[in-house]
Amino acid sequence: MVAEFGYGVLLITFVLALYGIGASFFGVVRRKNGWVDSARLAMLLTWPLVTLSALSIIFLLVTNHYEVNFVYQVTSNSMPFYLKVTALWGGQAGSLVFWSWLMSSFASAVMLRKWERDREFLPWVIVVALTTLAFFLALALFFENPFIRIWQGPTGNQMTAMFQPAGTLPVISPDGHGLNPLLRHPGMIIHPPMLYLGFVSFVIPFAFAIAALVTGRTDDRWIRLTRRWTIVAWVFLSVGLVLGMRWAYDVLGWGGYWGWDPVEIAALMPWLTGTAFLHSVMIQEKRGLFKRWNLILIILTYALVIYGTFLTRSGVLSSVHAFAQSSIGPAFFGFIGFTFVSSVALLLYRWNDLRSDGEMVSLLSRESFFLLNNLLFLAIFIVCFWGVNFPLISELITGQKVTVGPPFYTRATGPLFGGLLLLMGIAPLSAWGRSTLKTLGKAIWKPALASLVILVAVLAAGIRLWPAILGFWLASLVGFVTLYEYARAVWARHRAMDEALPVAFWNLAGRNRRRYGGYIIHLGVVLMALGVIGINLFQTETQGTVKQGQALQLDGYSIKYVSLAQFDTADGKNVARAVLDVSKNGQFLTELYPRRDYYYESQQPMTIPGLRSTLEDDIYVILVDWQPISANGATFKVYHNPLVNWMWIGALTFILGSFVAAWPDRDPAVEKVNESAIVPASSQA
Amino acid sequence: METSLATRARPNSRIKFIMGGALIIAAVVYLIVSSTQASAQYFLTIDELKTKGASMRGQDVRISGAVMGDTIQYDSQSLTLKFTIANIPGDNNQITAQGGLATVLHAAVIDPTRTHLQVVYKGVKPDLLKNEAQAIVTGKVGEDGSFYASELLLKCPTKYQDALPAQASKK
Repeated sequence: MVAEFGYGVLLITFVLALYGIGASFFGVVRRKNGWVDSARLAMLLTWPLVTLSALSIIFLLVTNHYEVNFVYQVTSNSMPFYLKVTALWGGQAGSLVFWSWLMSSFASAVMLRKWERDREFLPWVIVVALTTLAFFLALALFFENPFIRIWQGPTGNQMTAMFQPAGTLPVISPDGHGLNPLLRHPGMIIHPPMLYLGFVSFVIPFAFAIAALVTGRTDDRWIRLTRRWTIVAWVFLSVGLVLGMRWAYDVLGWGGYWGWDPVEIAALMPWLTGTAFLHSVMIQEKRGLFKRWNLILIILTYALVIYGTFLTRSGVLSSVHAFAQSSIGPAFFGFIGFTFVSSVALLLYRWNDLRSDGEMVSLLSRESFFLLNNLLFLAIFIVCFWGVNFPLISELITGQKVTVGPPFYTRATGPLFGGLLLLMGIAPLSAWGRSTLKTLGKAIWKPALASLVILVAVLAAGIRLWPAILGFWLASLVGFVTLYEYARAVWARHRAMDEALPVAFWNLAGRNRRRYGGYIIHLGVVLMALGVIGINLFQTETQGTVKQGQALQLDGYSIKYVSLAQFDTADGKNVARAVLDVSKNGQFLTELYPRRDYYYESQQPMTIPGLRSTLEDDIYVILVDWQPISANGATFKVYHNPLVNWMWIGALTFILGSFVAAWPDRDPAVEKVNESAIVPASSQA
Repeated sequence: METSLATRARPNSRIKFIMGGALIIAAVVYLIVSSTQASAQYFLTIDELKTKGASMRGQDVRISGAVMGDTIQYDSQSLTLKFTIANIPGDNNQITAQGGLATVLHAAVIDPTRTHLQVVYKGVKPDLLKNEAQAIVTGKVGEDGSFYASELLLKCPTKYQDALPAQASKK
């Protein structure tokens, strides 16, 4: 009953979305405001409808309706309530509805706020948002239906269908498959929605960009209007990526957080183009340059968002060679192709109107550094795209499938990330328009000198690995430049406005949030760089089988095997848990409990490392194997990960900075938008 | 005065920008090409590997196959993992035509006429290694005909419709 209801509601929403697209289009072309208003109402109405449909799925999930195939696949009796609710995004069919719900929520939020102000763009925003929504609804309705049920025919054959086929009976299993234990982790519960939030919020700036192209308002208005959406989208995407990394570190048990898996890369690619976009819009706002480039970037980001949604859920690419193609593959590629080609066609149509208002004159100007930053982000994106698609490319050319692994990515992106770091050190000191070596040198010499002290310290500490030396030096340079810039501005304010230093600090961040939030983000990146250097260049590991009372040695640490217990738990798993004593130089530090959980229901083991984390380093122990009589011995693998904690501290700083940058600004830009809204849109078609 | 300076500077600075851009593009192309050459591996099926035979010896290759559950042996003293994989087709369309990955993996494991490959891997035994999982191994064929893997990647499509991020174990 609930399944039919949910399906019916979804179908109505789909029809409504199609109506909205048509009405908005018709209304704006024929200049009939009534139709546009009607389209707006249709847009707003999709939200309660998709919400109802999503709630139906959640109801089926929490009440164990195993006759519904999706429920059978992703939940089981033993799963706690909160996991059953979040199982909505545990499988492809449910996540499509979840995606649609987010799309509808965001688009409605845009419609509710400032309808009058943005009247000129909004009909086209409705068209783009509803087209995207209709596509995802169509996928859920016709390809990956979450409400489909399992039926048994007269001959005992099972089939899945939405409505009861003649002569069949519903199959109601006593228990479901359950969510993969590896996914039952707090990080994994918030990680997919965060990524999706980021993905979906990028649709909004894209919709405004298309609206700007259609209406011919080729100034930076669309950018100003969506500035905060862009930052928010970017924050969510960043948080999503970081949570995924933390999950890998905590659960997957291979001692690292990033494995250059194609699915990870699929989520990283829109982040790369989005970050480039975030930077380059500032040049359009300040100097009227890069108009075409910004549109290219947002079109690309939108395509990658759709592509990423598809890849992270279908697993097609991770296994180009041997994974079953999901049934929604062709539909996805069709949609990406359609939206990409039509956006590019629009862009070409407006190409001549998008001429830059000025020209870059100096190689050392702020805008030229921004350009360089964009090129580097795009280069990293191209490396990723090339790597992920290389098997396809090589097969097309040579007929032989050739793949590239993690070493390819580290090798090709390492210098590019280094270049970005260097730019982060120089760019904030440069001036708009024109800088010379002299002015730049004058600004940079103090922080550069301080960073040389760090360089000497690194050398004195006996580090001779040149990528590490270079990395530490660059990180310290950026750190000092950023702090110096901040301090200088606070000091100037303190002097000029006669404000106390802390007040000056606070007001400064309040005045130009994007700039000073951006600096905090840069500091976060510097800290993350320390973690990356630590784990990539200084990670050590050892493994071995030890008897009770014996210890493994690694980098001055002694890890002693104390005991092991094996027991069943109430939620249907068998746990083997070892107790280890960690000490350094004879000094006892802590106990660790690496575990192996075995889930009876899904016959799936799960390795949970024991972790001692300090600012200096992490000791990460995995229980590999053990003897039936545990006194005889157990096998452990131990990783020593120097500085890795800075990765997470950096990530938190980064997120904090993003919030500062995204917070509503008191700056004049907002007022400017309000003024420009009064100007009648003469170019409207 | 001001304008004449700007116009004079323009062609000069444009050349600078073009040179700079060309340099960056060249550097990126170099990075991509050289890194590709350094880490490219042939992705083969077991059948293809056996036909190529000696020409592939000593070269890093990537092989995908179906894990045969009964053959999994793990020596935790030396952390040596041995198991046998059975040939599955490499082409996506072929797999879809044969009823999807889960079906293909199952058929490969129960069919004794398939070509097999013994895999030797040193390291932690991955959680996802079990009967009818898909293994993607990277490494070299040894003198004894066994495949010495330096990287092991596993996928279990049978139970879960959604893709799990690969659980990669690295040596």
